[in-house]
Amino acid sequence: MLDVRGLTVKFPSRRGDFTAIEGVDLAVKPGEIHGLVGESGAGKSTIGAAIIGLLQPPGYVSDGTMTLGETDLRSLTPSQAHEARGDRISMIFQDPQTSLNPLMTVEDQLIETIQAHSDASTNTARNRAISILEEIGIKNAGDRIKAYPHQFSGGMRQRVVIALALCTDPELIIADEPTTALDVAVQSQVLDLIRRLARTRDIGFILITHDIGVIAQVADTVTVLRRGRVIETGETPQVLGQPREAYTKALMDAVPRLDRKLDRFSTPDDGEAPSAPALTTGIDAEDWLMEGAAQEHLGLEVRDLSVRFAGTRTSIFRKPEAYVALDRVSLTVEPARVLGLVGESGSGKSTLAKAITGLIQPSEGVMRLGGEDLPPARQRPRDHPARRLIQMVFQDPYSSLNARHRIGDILAEPLALYGLEGDKAKRRALAAAMLELVEMEPSNIDRYPHQFSGGQRQRIAIARALLARPRFLICDEPTSALDVSIQAQVLNLLKDLQTKFGLSILFISHNLAVVRQMSDDIAVLKSGQIVEAGDSETFFTTPSAPYSKELLSLTPAMPY
Amino acid sequence: MLWRLWDSDGVYAFRHSPAAIIAASVAILILGGALFAPWIAQSNPYDLSSFSLIDGLLPPVWQEFGDPRFPLGTDDQGRDMISAILYGARLSLLIGLSAMVIATVLGVSLGLAAGYYGGRFDAIVMRIADVQLALPAILTALLIDGIARGILPPSSIENLRVVVLTIAIALSLWVNFARTARASTFVERNKEYVQAAMIMGQHPLRVMFIHILPNIMGPLLVIMTVDLASAILLEATLSFLGIGLPADSPSLGTLIRIGMQFLLSGEWWILWVPTLFLVALVVSINILGDFLRDTFNPRLR
Repeated sequence: MLDVRGLTVKFPSRRGDFTAIEGVDLAVKPGEIHGLVGESGAGKSTIGAAIIGLLQPPGYVSDGTMTLGETDLRSLTPSQAHEARGDRISMIFQDPQTSLNPLMTVEDQLIETIQAHSDASTNTARNRAISILEEIGIKNAGDRIKAYPHQFSGGMRQRVVIALALCTDPELIIADEPTTALDVAVQSQVLDLIRRLARTRDIGFILITHDIGVIAQVADTVTVLRRGRVIETGETPQVLGQPREAYTKALMDAVPRLDRKLDRFSTPDDGEAPSAPALTTGIDAEDWLMEGAAQEHLGLEVRDLSVRFAGTRTSIFRKPEAYVALDRVSLTVEPARVLGLVGESGSGKSTLAKAITGLIQPSEGVMRLGGEDLPPARQRPRDHPARRLIQMVFQDPYSSLNARHRIGDILAEPLALYGLEGDKAKRRALAAAMLELVEMEPSNIDRYPHQFSGGQRQRIAIARALLARPRFLICDEPTSALDVSIQAQVLNLLKDLQTKFGLSILFISHNLAVVRQMSDDIAVLKSGQIVEAGDSETFFTTPSAPYSKELLSLTPAMPY
Repeated sequence: MLWRLWDSDGVYAFRHSPAAIIAASVAILILGGALFAPWIAQSNPYDLSSFSLIDGLLPPVWQEFGDPRFPLGTDDQGRDMISAILYGARLSLLIGLSAMVIATVLGVSLGLAAGYYGGRFDAIVMRIADVQLALPAILTALLIDGIARGILPPSSIENLRVVVLTIAIALSLWVNFARTARASTFVERNKEYVQAAMIMGQHPLRVMFIHILPNIMGPLLVIMTVDLASAILLEATLSFLGIGLPADSPSLGTLIRIGMQFLLSGEWWILWVPTLFLVALVVSINILGDFLRDTFNPRLR
């Protein structure tokens, strides 16, 4: 049905053309789900945009053919291409929050789309819209159709987006990361829906994703991309099960496994990871971290911690009802061990991290660090020792480093602030040595954060945390913004550092497979309450709480 | 180093924008002329002995009775127009620049603190800003002028005209800076690098000025340029209305006010020459401001 041959896409810039896609071949049959998988910058989304004719200017298709049925997609005039979009090819976007118009009811958006492509009367269009909504599993569709997008939950909203793509009866639907913004439970429902639609309606799907687990779950065929080229393509079981190319194999190895715990990840060697840089600084960061009296292992104890946020005021005479983000949470991070904290979005994971670090004032509860009282935010002075002992690694390495500061200044800051090193030259040398410890070139010290990739920035963020000589590290989704191969490297690094320095770590993640690889103990958070806590391996083999069982069964397991 | 600057995206955009190049040339020419006025101008308009009434009201050279000594003519006192304008622009720019700097420091500090602390402090600062916006600059200038007259000895008032004018203009411009700084700070303070600094227990002042400020400089630079033009115009307006500088040390606005008296009597140059000069200065600064905004704001690119 869809046949793409030798597709090449270029983006002209003032320094010559940048080739985003080169010689990509792709074929999709009706009723087939074709997965496009690759790391960021592989050109997955660009292929989708080229097929549907929505390349970001100034990008253009410079070579190749694209045919859908009998139609040559490249020869279409802009108005013909506009006709084909929606009518024959539809698209599902990543974020259901932004792909629906918040000011129009679902009904209006569906009817508008249907009428744009057929002469149906408003009544016929409405009936069709209702039947589509019922088909994709929205109960009570006749009433729900009058609702606005914000009145639907995230998963339901993504269903509405799928309904929008579906309502013109297209032959091909391009789904660009359709489940990335969703929690696991919702993700598996949406994937089931996509599979059912492909089977019953004979629609060809191109499923663009970075998540190999998703591909393994639903795709019939898969194309592995890297830097704009096809690495390997074929049936999913064959490509993922017995990969022929080294890159595919390395990619598969880097995916954290849910079914067993490995000591280390194997990482694809892409020539970017520095291979044990030569010692150039004369200072050994490892020795520096080891020395001093701060080597005792500190655990953290949280007892009955509650955090409430002020709600919206409904009347001037009534006190606004508080929103309970954490409800009497108790957990213990044992000294020199890793506690994995899991939960869906909105369960309060980050709120807990902020309460511990003193960014948020809890309304009640006690925290103890290494047996000593840890005062909450407002009572914790700026020079409290916990400010140094507790450090944090953030989720988004693109915003956690100040873009206007040099790496050396970012790294030297904790040294100066905590008075760990008085001499400026020594601080600089230590910062360089620490870069070496996180496997980066010490000469990077005079560069700015934007000159580094996400994985390198996360290493820098880890180095900054370590330079405070912390005993307790909070990692809030430290790898969820990174590609799998980079994620594997960063997780390896964290593991190494943890064992070497006996750090206690609170490891927050929504990704159960990652948590299994990292944690000794586990706590499960749901709507601000702990539903299960205990030993990690026990949790993954014999979970006790019903919610834990559900969570585990819904996480896509890697069958290969 | 120089090559990297020349090759950077901002300079590249500048080299390919004729409007920006022309505007920059005009602005630099005027700035240079004003800065080096004592060496360029042939007479000193503040020195009463350097000109004589005999030369009064001479038209520009290309007109009948034009005198080659005064290429753009003279005013009723016999002052050379070019010299008067250069010295006037000097005063106008001095007042405009210092008002802009004071407004920046005041506005950015208050805006940063309001955005950083939020809550009650934010509410108070922003309500003051709202009140300030409701007061026209001329009223503020009259108010400060009045206060200055009340508390200072009459002899020193005349010398302080420049200071009074500068403060009045600065007070009516700081709101722009405060609002922009506050809005940008709101966005930045939720970013993780700021939270990282807060977790470490860094001093709030350090977080504000070392961490947040460099990241919100882009929009502020644009406002600084645009507000420099506004400050110059405000000064001209106030001087034109007679609240500003007196006729014996004329700024551009004062020159225009004096010229008004000759508008209908045929001596058009006394009004038009300083007016066109002021327009050229303000328009070129505004074009530069627009250019900066386009270059620094990725959403408009």
